[in-house]
Amino acid sequence: MIPLSHYLLVSGMLFTLGLAGVIVRRNALVIYMSLELMLNSSTLALVAFSKFNNNLNAQVFVFFIITVAAAEVAVGLAIVVALYRHRRTTNVDEMNTLKN
Amino acid sequence: MNIQEILFYVFSGLMILCGFMVVTGRNPVSCALSLVLAFFFMAGLFVLLEAYFLAAIQVLVYAGAVMVLFLFIIMLLDIKAQKHATKNWFNRFAGILISLVFMLLFFTMVKSDSFGHSVPKQSLQGTTEVVGTRLYTEFLIPFEVTSILLLAAVLGVVLLSKRDLK
Repeated sequence: MIPLSHYLLVSGMLFTLGLAGVIVRRNALVIYMSLELMLNSSTLALVAFSKFNNNLNAQVFVFFIITVAAAEVAVGLAIVVALYRHRRTTNVDEMNTLKN
Repeated sequence: MNIQEILFYVFSGLMILCGFMVVTGRNPVSCALSLVLAFFFMAGLFVLLEAYFLAAIQVLVYAGAVMVLFLFIIMLLDIKAQKHATKNWFNRFAGILISLVFMLLFFTMVKSDSFGHSVPKQSLQGTTEVVGTRLYTEFLIPFEVTSILLLAAVLGVVLLSKRDLK
């Protein structure tokens, strides 16, 4: 049987990768993908805790996380499309002013 | 080493590899495809944890809906692959430093704590029936609130994508 710490380590490594992606990458779409990685790693930790504590509530919580993530991706990508219409770019370094 | 452990290490190793490819890939399309693979391996880990309903939801919602949305937007915006590497060395350095510190913190936390080697006493299977029952009895109000959230998201997306806002 795989111990809980292994699942937590995998989850933490995936979260760290996503964090590095959010900081390093400059393309708004890839930043969103890294955010999805971070959300997903948190769900892995929750499911592992649910299994090892015999508590099903965490799985219901993961269900809600997935729902919120789907809504968040839809709104976020709509914002990216709206920004692309104004600036013709998805590079976040070039979107540094609020006016014009 | 039984089959479960082998599958766990294969799935988690490949998942982290795919995550690395998402973070380092030049072309957004290949990033998105590696992300799909990472989501599939995550669903495999869910199956190993006996969360069958969540594994199905993971494949349907993430690998299905979310990734199709990503690929659709990439095609719509016609984003080219980055020709030259970004010259922002400060960002790169900061990202790697923060991730290393975070990883170190995580290692020490997992190593020091007492939950390291706990093993489940009785098996808990997250089948659709069990999770659904919990969802429609104990978590009924959050479930209904979720529908309002989805409605708000739909309205927001439609408003944001309208070409001329009045």
